[in-house]
Amino acid sequence: MTVRPERIVVVGASLAGLTAAHALRERGFAGALTLVGDEPHAPYDRPPLSKQVLRGLFSTDTTLPRHPDLAADFRLGTPATRLDLDARRVELGDGSRLPYDRLLIATGTRARPWPDREEAALAGVFTLRGRDDAQRLGAQLQAKPRRVVLVGGGFIGFEVASTCRDLDIPVTLLVRDAVPLAAALGPRLGGLIGEVAREKGVDLRLGAEIERMEAEAGRLTAVVLKDGERIEADCLVAAIGTLRNVEWLDGSELDADAKGLRCDGYCRALRADGGVAEGVFAAGDVARWPNPHDDGALVAVEHWGNARAQAAIAAANMLAGDASAMRRHDHLPDFWSQQFGLTIKLVGLTEGADALAVVHGSLEERRLVAAFGKAGRTVAAAAIDSARWLPAYKAAIRERAPFPPIEGAVDQPRIRVQEP
Amino acid sequence: MKVVVDLNRCQAYAQCIYAAPDHFALHGKEALVYDPSPGEAARGAIERAVHACPVRAITAYPDTDTKVGETR
Repeated sequence: MTVRPERIVVVGASLAGLTAAHALRERGFAGALTLVGDEPHAPYDRPPLSKQVLRGLFSTDTTLPRHPDLAADFRLGTPATRLDLDARRVELGDGSRLPYDRLLIATGTRARPWPDREEAALAGVFTLRGRDDAQRLGAQLQAKPRRVVLVGGGFIGFEVASTCRDLDIPVTLLVRDAVPLAAALGPRLGGLIGEVAREKGVDLRLGAEIERMEAEAGRLTAVVLKDGERIEADCLVAAIGTLRNVEWLDGSELDADAKGLRCDGYCRALRADGGVAEGVFAAGDVARWPNPHDDGALVAVEHWGNARAQAAIAAANMLAGDASAMRRHDHLPDFWSQQFGLTIKLVGLTEGADALAVVHGSLEERRLVAAFGKAGRTVAAAAIDSARWLPAYKAAIRERAPFPPIEGAVDQPRIRVQEP
Repeated sequence: MKVVVDLNRCQAYAQCIYAAPDHFALHGKEALVYDPSPGEAARGAIERAVHACPVRAITAYPDTDTKVGETR
């Protein structure tokens, strides 16, 4: 792979794809650069879609800024349908073929559809992933539905619930687990957010699942829960996770399945036989790779920050020539969420954490930084309305510093370690 | 203009709000909301916001046309 690339194709025209395109140009790549996107829209930002876009604040056009000299060929509204590794060629839905010297796969994910097809097709039933979804749901919310039911105990569900309350729309949030947001924040902080949601008027139901939907003339009228309760609602948002866009790689010999496209630590896509696919890289939600912050576990990190960081590394490595000049993708996972007026931020991975220590502020104030420990090591830190303190913990998490990371400091004489 | 803020970086110093009050706002103590697509007339204010941000979290460029299937 030492020959300098002349043609680079990026499949996926969203945050990762556009970030890579910028990074390639910044690094001096002057050849032909093509971005392929299945949506008709130029690359746009998704985080505002569950928040301000639904609320109708500011413009709903979240098109990402592009450098005036990017000089990329955008093939929008045309999905990639096939990859031929031997011929080094991507085929598009319109029948055209794009040869490449380097390929970046950044096809991301899509919303997991509601499993019952008839119910999913009802008027008033939504998922939220793309710009068109946000436009449709936003129009529905502006028309003041009588009640919105949100399904799913993740951040999207909570953010949309928050937006509904801002618009003074009654909202029921159905969470299958006993504690909301526990997978990302642990039960203590997840529980705190649940408490805040209830105070803001969200009808939060834990351990709740839908048995079936009721409809009249093809329009949602109510949901019936597994415990038999019936809730009248004319709008439902299913925020029940994502599916990875890997189907177009079927038959390509890449190691791709529902868990994502497997890569090595240098963002190089791997073949099913474990070997590196020459010239093929991956970044963003679709990629899973051995994460150094998770003991080398093969995981995909579906966050905005990872998409950007991984795309930048992939771009650098696409131009690196041989492997010895490549950089490892060792981004520390991070994300934010805004809901109910709070800003929640996390760095690191809380999975498997066995201890929590509030190191600034307090749970009672709802303004705090909490460090997470796992077997005596610091693995993550979360901030609620305390973003300025959070970067200070990044180094401790990277190093897996002893937990709690600070003890006996002048301003923090006693840090109480508790269950997460 | 097109604007994006890296909200992982943002620490709510709120300097953008002083620089471009019509296009950036805080909801609650730290939740920054902003106009992702301000008009060309806002260019000066947006550029001041970009430069005022102490953590360099704001990226803004003038609009570029991309139509479906079109080059560039």
